[in-house]
Amino acid sequence: MEAIIYNFFNIEVLLRARYLLWLGLQVTLKLAFLSLLLAILAGLLLAVLRHLNNPVLNVLIIIYVDLFRALPTIVLFMLVYFTWPYFGISLPRYWSAVVALMINGAAYFEEIFRAGIESIDRGQTEAARALGLNFTQTMFSVILPQAVKVVLPPATSNSLELIKTTVLASVIALPELMRQAQQAHGSLASPTPLIAAALIYLVLLWPLVRLTSYLEKTYGK
Amino acid sequence: MNLHDLFYYFFNYKFFILTLPDLLKGLVVTIEIAALSLILGFLWGLVLAVIRVMIKRPENPLVVRLINIPIAIYVDVLRAIPPLVTLVVIYYALPFVNITIPRFWAAVLTFVLILSAFAEEIFRATIEAIDFGQIEAARSLGISYIQSMISVVIPQAFRIALPPLTSRLIAITKDVSMASVIGVADLLKKARAAQSLYANPTPLFSAALLFTLLFLPLVRLSMRLEKKLAE
Repeated sequence: MEAIIYNFFNIEVLLRARYLLWLGLQVTLKLAFLSLLLAILAGLLLAVLRHLNNPVLNVLIIIYVDLFRALPTIVLFMLVYFTWPYFGISLPRYWSAVVALMINGAAYFEEIFRAGIESIDRGQTEAARALGLNFTQTMFSVILPQAVKVVLPPATSNSLELIKTTVLASVIALPELMRQAQQAHGSLASPTPLIAAALIYLVLLWPLVRLTSYLEKTYGK
Repeated sequence: MNLHDLFYYFFNYKFFILTLPDLLKGLVVTIEIAALSLILGFLWGLVLAVIRVMIKRPENPLVVRLINIPIAIYVDVLRAIPPLVTLVVIYYALPFVNITIPRFWAAVLTFVLILSAFAEEIFRATIEAIDFGQIEAARSLGISYIQSMISVVIPQAFRIALPPLTSRLIAITKDVSMASVIGVADLLKKARAAQSLYANPTPLFSAALLFTLLFLPLVRLSMRLEKKLAE
């Protein structure tokens, strides 16, 4: 027991690592917020474009969605950060992470939003159009408000997954929470910073886990 | 960049052939970790779900029902903490308290723990969705509680659980590539090593291609399952 407390919950080590962890947490929060926002917007855009039923566009969107649902996200991070420079696109670490999270997240959000849009009877679109509303108005004042109920549970669960995925930015050495914890673990020769990082993630994400379960229970029936 | 450069860097046939045998060796390791994690995580999740449903019955004494709390915490913690963090903690932090697990098994343990947490939630929700009258009917026919669970409830629950379960299985299998972070010689690790060695990103692209070929059929299958069972 003493060994566990000394190694995993060492206050002295924690005090020395606190500044690094705080810096990392800030990067993690910024990264999570920005990439979540962009992924949702991009996913929504793709879902709406798919509702237009343009055959060429739909094939492209299907290929995009399938490809990035199949490719492990850690590989995507590496492709963006290590291989895009060969194309002449050198993004800094932070933006590589944002782009990778957005590309990956948008593929999942597209599917979620599409399922939501398709859950609304097509007759409603036709009715709205017949009343003189244009496509954008139909979408925003008729279809999307109704689709929210179908979309909310999977979208919340997917947001949780996306925030958890920000950890992978440590692989391209972005100094987010996990990376900072690993650095502190190395320099202080104690696993306390790793345990601290795990606990920070737990405190941050537990409410979302509960919310996901609650929404699935409430709207799932 | 002209077309020649593009082929030189990304689809370099020479490097592709040169590194392919090594990448395939890595792919086998990836598949081994994935298969072990899926089978064990799936079964362990099912066991946890059945335990939880059984101890939650109101006729049980309070002490028995309290076992629910540690299982609930186990499930929530593993669902909240990112997989990479769990993996790093198991591999790098546990040795400090004299628990040393080899890389390969640290990866398997991590993904078994995480999958079991998600599978438990899915199974429990579906077992609870089965009308309790069915268990009562089975019991009144003289079948024991455990027997009615195994032959009446679980087969039905399994069918409802299949779509969410498949997408979770795919998600976990994709996460297996994180094992490269703790130095497991899997596909991604081999690709990164080859990329550094030849200063050419072709191996990384080959790895991405192999991963995609592996998962694309699964993704399609899970979408089809979801559609079919939603009807």
